[in-house]
Amino acid sequence: MSFRTLALAGVCLAHALPLAATQDLPQLAYEKFTLPNGLQVILHEDRSVPLVAVNVWYHVGSADELPGRTGFAHLFEHVMFMGSENVPVGQFDVWMESAGGSSNGSTTEDRTNYYEDVPSNALPLTLWLEADRMGWLLPTLDQEKLDLQREVVKNERLENFDNRPYGRATETILAALFPSDHPYSWTVIGSMDDLSAASLDDVKAFFRKWYAPNNATLVIAGDFERDETKAWVEKYFGAIPRGPAIERRASVPAPRIQRDTFLLLEDRVQLPRVYYAWGSPKAFAPGDAEFDLIRQILVGGKDSRLYKRLVYDLQIAADVSGFQSGQRLDGIFQLQFTAKPGHEPTELAAVVDEEIARLVAGGVTDRELEAARNGYMARLLDRMSSVNGKSEELAYYDYFLGEPNSLRADADRYLRVKPADLQNLARVLFARPKVVLTVVPEGDTSLLVPGGRR
Amino acid sequence: MRAWVARLAALVVLGGAQPVGAQAPSGNPVTQPPVLGPVKPLTLPTVLERRLSNGLRILIVEQHELPVVDLVLVVRTGSESDPAGKEGLATLVGTLLDEGTTGRSSLQIAEQISFLGISLATTAGLDASRVTLHAPVAQLDSALALMADVTLRPSFPGNEVERLRQERLTQLLQIRDRGPAMADQAYMAILYGPDHPYGHATFGNEASVASITRDDVLRFYQTYYRPNDAALVVVGDVRPDDIQRRLERSLGGWQAAPVPEIGFPPAPVTRAPTVYLIDTPRAAQSSVRMGTIGVARSTQDFFPIQVMNTVLGGAFTSRLNQNLRETRGYTYGATTGFDMRKSPGPFTASAEIVTEKSDSALIEFIKELRGIREPVPQAELDKAKSYVQLSLPAAMETTFGIAARLAAIALYDLPLDFLNTYSQRISAVTQADVQRVARQYVRPDEMNVVVVGDLAEIEAGIRALGVGSVVVADPTGRPLVR
Repeated sequence: MSFRTLALAGVCLAHALPLAATQDLPQLAYEKFTLPNGLQVILHEDRSVPLVAVNVWYHVGSADELPGRTGFAHLFEHVMFMGSENVPVGQFDVWMESAGGSSNGSTTEDRTNYYEDVPSNALPLTLWLEADRMGWLLPTLDQEKLDLQREVVKNERLENFDNRPYGRATETILAALFPSDHPYSWTVIGSMDDLSAASLDDVKAFFRKWYAPNNATLVIAGDFERDETKAWVEKYFGAIPRGPAIERRASVPAPRIQRDTFLLLEDRVQLPRVYYAWGSPKAFAPGDAEFDLIRQILVGGKDSRLYKRLVYDLQIAADVSGFQSGQRLDGIFQLQFTAKPGHEPTELAAVVDEEIARLVAGGVTDRELEAARNGYMARLLDRMSSVNGKSEELAYYDYFLGEPNSLRADADRYLRVKPADLQNLARVLFARPKVVLTVVPEGDTSLLVPGGRR
Repeated sequence: MRAWVARLAALVVLGGAQPVGAQAPSGNPVTQPPVLGPVKPLTLPTVLERRLSNGLRILIVEQHELPVVDLVLVVRTGSESDPAGKEGLATLVGTLLDEGTTGRSSLQIAEQISFLGISLATTAGLDASRVTLHAPVAQLDSALALMADVTLRPSFPGNEVERLRQERLTQLLQIRDRGPAMADQAYMAILYGPDHPYGHATFGNEASVASITRDDVLRFYQTYYRPNDAALVVVGDVRPDDIQRRLERSLGGWQAAPVPEIGFPPAPVTRAPTVYLIDTPRAAQSSVRMGTIGVARSTQDFFPIQVMNTVLGGAFTSRLNQNLRETRGYTYGATTGFDMRKSPGPFTASAEIVTEKSDSALIEFIKELRGIREPVPQAELDKAKSYVQLSLPAAMETTFGIAARLAAIALYDLPLDFLNTYSQRISAVTQADVQRVARQYVRPDEMNVVVVGDLAEIEAGIRALGVGSVVVADPTGRPLVR
């Protein structure tokens, strides 16, 4: 608690102060330094519970994969739990659980992270475990470890994608929306064939290229003593050799599609579902926050425009949802809606098109904007409720904005938006060509949303 | 030095790939894990107990870290009290609370929730119905007014009842898309049979949902939503006297009335293992559920069961997950769990298994369920006990986490100091306790096994195992005649 002070929003707005601006945002006080080997370290003290979150971000994700090796960054994440020079296979988790800690990892297009929530006395153990695999994964790595995790990851894909209704929609959309040399044209989970093809040499080369201290950020948030913790960080991570300088891709080819592209996918589902996907602003680029607000206004709750029309009033849809996903290199804006029994996708699509046209022509109301903004501010606050959540925010803001404490700056993006901004951006985005994917029950191919529709 | 040599060897095997940077290869200078210092004590939150004038029990915890508050209102009746033939009623009532009140329409409620930036949810499960609120303290008065409105004054408009009934029928149809959901449903139906409330899905079935009327909804609400059979948990940036005053103002008008006791019929007894196969052609995985009826939340064996289950399948390093995932790669994860309710709930071992290993996986499941009945080595026991004890701070970190724990205390009439004595009661669990509860509650020879998958691929292999009689069933668990 000692480093957390509450500050009122300091934004001046020409019109009435929105509700959201009156809400308190916590300060994320932190100390940041860099070890001689390039490892960036961010410390944030929060003594409210005897708990520490350790969060290591490696600046590599599925967008850094090579052709024919999709899914590799995530497969590698699994291999990182199979032991390292001084950690016998299986022992990472045994030591963690014995100390009352939990650990996991996650991979996105842009970064891979490894995180632990541990009782504060287990902080040095956690740092040592992370350091041993950051520096010395390869000495004990072998074919057997890779093969085992390859099977686990294939099961992850089976469970979360292949054996899940509509589970193959995303990979179908991405491959159509982006050209094949665009690194977001494949999914993080990757293809079964590529997972099968990954070799031990691939794993070693990937580790040498990307898993270096100069390509990582270590965040420690929670109940710890600062000087002692710095000494541990230097002791455990300091001996890891710096890796070669990393050059990551800085730009991507533009989305390929020149006109609306209509796709059909048959699946083992009862009800047809339609997806609309557009290329959209990348993370923190102008328009990113605005499209998040547009998403909220269109599909955010029972009173949102599309939900209200399709699900509540007309009762022709089983569900409607969507997202603005701004990533490091590019973004996607997506809407999706599922037909109720007895209704056809074209019927739903016509209403969605009508609502988009209404948004473009008439914009949004002050109250709609304010409600959407209040929702974002509430979620922003909720992400600060755990030390793990705070470590994630610090790492995220540092990665994208170069400033770990960017809560205020993030919120300001939302607070300064005016209704006319949303209308102007909607006009641009929704005029762009989109991918329209209709997922239909096997054999029901007549349900495709037709391409000739205006 | 050994580590250094090992690294050189690895590089040679690689065929001369250059180590990164200019440094000579060298191992980690720190070869041993740091020894842990003493665990810092967790200061458990102080729980204040109050009562409103209408008898509603209030549990309050002050947490001033963030300007937010979590409220959980637990109404101690759920779908266990659905009348026969009206299965799905309690959950429908739950979802209908915020679909219109005497003063607000469904959309007005929704619009206000969005505008205030709060979460307000009305739900029902087997044991209880809940109204949960998460709000910034700045919006607390408006949020409480809304919460009280949906709890005390729902009007159940006819058109909203019909709309949600139709939505429910659509959701029931969509269960056919999901093998894992079918497996869960069939497993419960098989374990408890049609005469026990736990044998029915909380969301009901097509016939029962089709028969539910607005009168059913109204009667259920008026019978069971009463302050004398409910409790309200408040955790967050509040002051006890102040919040009690505000709650009295908003919820004090809720009227008490006697609530009928629920009676549970005896559950069916399984004498020999039976395997139920449910066909989902071309499924990519098989959904496996197996087990027996377990224990009620009131069991005297709560703590030994926690430890035993952690060893067996309640943690990542548990035996079942290590075997099926980390040794054999048959699954993304395997778990076991005791679902403890007012009456004995199921003990279930479960996993999603790659189709071609379905039969091999069943052998490993059964091996682990037999194995836990033998004495657990001390080191393994100590690991499990530490894990259970030391993960308490993480569970108590957020206002929502604390509220969830307190809601369970209120629902199951646990003592208020339950969390304060938790750690020492786990410490007291012995190897003999663990073996005793394993033998009592993990009974592979009396199990029901449900496998939902592509029978063309898996049926012959599973039959050949000879683990019990094999029955092919429909998605609700009823045996099919082929």
